[in-house]
Amino acid sequence: MTKKRIKVKVNGRSVEKEVEPRTLLVHFLREELSLTGAHIGCETSHCGACTVDVDGKSVKGCTHLAVQCDDSQVLTVEGLAKGGVLHAVQEGFFTQHGLQCGFCTPGMLMRAYRFLQENPDPTEAEVRVGMSGNLCRCTGYQNIVKAVLYAATKLRDSQRVAA
Amino acid sequence: MNAPVERTSALAGIGESRLRKEDARFIQGKGIYVDDVKLPGMLHMDIVRAPVAHARIKSIRKEEALKIPGVHAVLTADDLKPLKLHWMPTLAGDVAAVLADQKVHFQMQEVAVVIADDRYIAADAVEAVQVEYEELPALIDPHEALKPGAVVLREDLAGRTEGAHGARTHPNHIFTWEAGDKAATDAAFARAPVTVKEQLLYPRVHPCPLETCGCVASFDPVRGELTTYMTSQAPHVVRTVVSLLSGIPESKVRIISPDIGGGFGNKVGVYPGYVCAIVASIVLGRPVKWVEDRIENISSTAFARDYHMTGELAATSDGKITGLRVNVIADHGAFDACADPTKYPAGMFHICSGSYDIAAAYCRVDGVYTNKAPGGVAYRCSFRVTEAVYLVERMIDVLAQKLGIDKAEIRYRNFIRKEQFPYRSPFGFEYDSGDYRTALAKVLAAVDYKALRSEQAAKRKDPASSSLMGIGITTFTEVVGAGPSKMCDILGVGMFDSCEIRVHPTGSAIARMGTINQGQGHQTTYAQIIATEIGIPSDVVQVEEGDTSTAPYGLGTYGSRSTPVAGAAIAMAARKIHAKARKIAAHLLEVGDRDLEWEIDRFKVKGDGSRFKTMKDICWAAYHEPPPGLEPGLEAVHYYDPPNFTYPFGAYLCVVDIDKGTGEVKVRRFYALDDCGTRINPMIIEGQIHGGLTEGFAVALGQQMPFDAQGNLLGNTLMDYFLPTAVETPKWETDFTVTPSPHHPIGAKGVAESPHVGSIPCFSNAVIDAFSHLSVTHMNMPHTSWRVWQQLETCGIAR
Repeated sequence: MTKKRIKVKVNGRSVEKEVEPRTLLVHFLREELSLTGAHIGCETSHCGACTVDVDGKSVKGCTHLAVQCDDSQVLTVEGLAKGGVLHAVQEGFFTQHGLQCGFCTPGMLMRAYRFLQENPDPTEAEVRVGMSGNLCRCTGYQNIVKAVLYAATKLRDSQRVAA
Repeated sequence: MNAPVERTSALAGIGESRLRKEDARFIQGKGIYVDDVKLPGMLHMDIVRAPVAHARIKSIRKEEALKIPGVHAVLTADDLKPLKLHWMPTLAGDVAAVLADQKVHFQMQEVAVVIADDRYIAADAVEAVQVEYEELPALIDPHEALKPGAVVLREDLAGRTEGAHGARTHPNHIFTWEAGDKAATDAAFARAPVTVKEQLLYPRVHPCPLETCGCVASFDPVRGELTTYMTSQAPHVVRTVVSLLSGIPESKVRIISPDIGGGFGNKVGVYPGYVCAIVASIVLGRPVKWVEDRIENISSTAFARDYHMTGELAATSDGKITGLRVNVIADHGAFDACADPTKYPAGMFHICSGSYDIAAAYCRVDGVYTNKAPGGVAYRCSFRVTEAVYLVERMIDVLAQKLGIDKAEIRYRNFIRKEQFPYRSPFGFEYDSGDYRTALAKVLAAVDYKALRSEQAAKRKDPASSSLMGIGITTFTEVVGAGPSKMCDILGVGMFDSCEIRVHPTGSAIARMGTINQGQGHQTTYAQIIATEIGIPSDVVQVEEGDTSTAPYGLGTYGSRSTPVAGAAIAMAARKIHAKARKIAAHLLEVGDRDLEWEIDRFKVKGDGSRFKTMKDICWAAYHEPPPGLEPGLEAVHYYDPPNFTYPFGAYLCVVDIDKGTGEVKVRRFYALDDCGTRINPMIIEGQIHGGLTEGFAVALGQQMPFDAQGNLLGNTLMDYFLPTAVETPKWETDFTVTPSPHHPIGAKGVAESPHVGSIPCFSNAVIDAFSHLSVTHMNMPHTSWRVWQQLETCGIAR
């Protein structure tokens, strides 16, 4: 199959690769770039374990082609922590026991990261709707909701301090 | 830091809500799951599957697939035959086809495998393999399967009238299993003033962990060693099975269960994909990866339940149960691959007398073949306990309705009383401890049960009400921690578990276990047990599991057995270290062993608190100046064979509102009180309960695997198979009592499955309770809006 050259910025690093047009984004990240944080749970866009951030939007990498990301900026869970400091959503999931087996966690974190930019001060019900594209089989979501609300508060507080 | 309270807190031992050690890697995308394993030269395997449920295979043509560049091999049953690997033994004493041998027995059955350079080419090659089928009539209903003249499914068993569990009475019959006293039970029914009977269908469901099953098999032809990374809840047992099947010495087989993305029973068995990947690696001399997709996972790897139950209770007119009789037709699918202890083809189903003191009881289970996938695993429960608890918790409600007794009150009248423990059930279980009355009373008080019933009564009187209100109660008892090896084995291996602890000179330690974490938080909680037992901080205790080359042999993690069995092994291994540490401390302090007393993290000379040695001092001394006659080092191994099961219990209450227009069931409130004995980490317990309740909610309100008459599975994607999102999932309220297990070293009973087992009948009881004033005594799960609306229609109250 003829390959196409794509140029993508992944976690702030420019990457140029030849890919088959049919290569899925999640396979590109996992197989070509060895970024195995995004997981494959269903391959039909339902579970969200493969959620990453593409040009400021949550994208399910299992139903998005790598070639669609040419000239795009992609952020994965591996790029969330900065300088050894966890992002607020990571801290929230850790301190609020928002994960168990960890398989859905990278997708959850990436969705929470984007959701809290879409809605920095959500209610509990809004968090539940905002996170509803991501399935978890272990936690029953209660602590995930707590984790996202924790992160929301922390992000708002840090913005207040910065302002 | 000398105050005892500070020192206890520094250990972060039993009872602390310690944050999880495993989280750091998961929140940074650094977990290593099977699909993350990449070995040099690795190939990818994909599976050709049957589109039909019952058929003869007329031909398989590989040529077109083999022409595709990058395809290395296509294997069929004929290729496995010379290795005698085209069929494999199951855990239940049957055989299962590894690749369909002349005949297909269920839709999506494995027919051939292709091995290629990458997963895309492998998928192309699957499409190119041409298989010609001659369709046969499919048998989907287990009742039909047992009729005279029914199509015979398992031609390979022709003429065999004896199965692994006794006589087979029909070509599609697998076993009959009985427990209890039939004659005494029949007599109790004959003289009972009141009896009730109900048909209860527990539909076929799937555990559906978020990570599917898969493996990476790597055979090193030079060393003759096989290493396989596998999504397995029982890696040591798999090693034994692989060695027996392949002839490779067990010492040269290494099974590694890395991080596992949820199991819930789905990852207990040995699947054809694993076997084929291993064979392919041996044949090709290169590592081979196989990871199934979601449709394959739901369609072909282990299902749960599919129990067609008839329950009967005999009682006095004031509601005291005197007899329980249960008959079950169990649909096991095409091969009997149920994961149960060898002697128990219906698992622990005979826990079905529940929390109630019933004098006479009898149950009979008949296993049946149908054209469905094999399996029959414990989906977040101990073997068939979910089915048992559903049965008794539903039936006691049916009895309450018949007698007009309140559903909490009838439970009080029948509970095994606190002073009756240890209690021998009519099926022969010896319940270790319990206090059911206290648990239920606490729940009823917490929710103001009386007020709820008043509200319900008022609503029923109001013709303008747009909704029905239902209140469900369950007071369940589980049997977990399989199990005593005198009763329980898997393929002849006793169901003990194990722990090896090595304490280092500087006072840190590593513990290796025979179990394997799938989200339960073993790295965190096991370390807490060690911290409390030997007085070193849990933060410096590493816990390793899942690698059969480093961990001691254990039976794995399922059936809530990690804490009851492996948790006990840790405590016992730690106590061996503690005993040696005492000798070292006595030597250092120049006193006798008996002149010392233990306090948190140190041995003190009795009566002179100023003379002591901390565990840290002792660790160094163990490697530096051991007492004369004592070998250096500080290590211990313990294999723990439990004397009994443990019996966690709980009392749950659920309030639902049902929309009369749409049939939608809204869970208004769910209050779950669990008693799992000693609580190791309350934060983790609560998390496990949230998860179990959510899985129970999914089963009761939406999960099922529907088949059409041809055996097509109509719901094998996440579009159709219900996994609740954060929006549908109710908010849970949790509570607890503590009744320690008297026979467990630290009194712990296990918890993660109780919320699944206990909540499912609670949801059903709530939904049916909403209709109880309309003489409805039973509705089958799942309680989807459509089905509930049909009930509203039947009752003439749909709006």
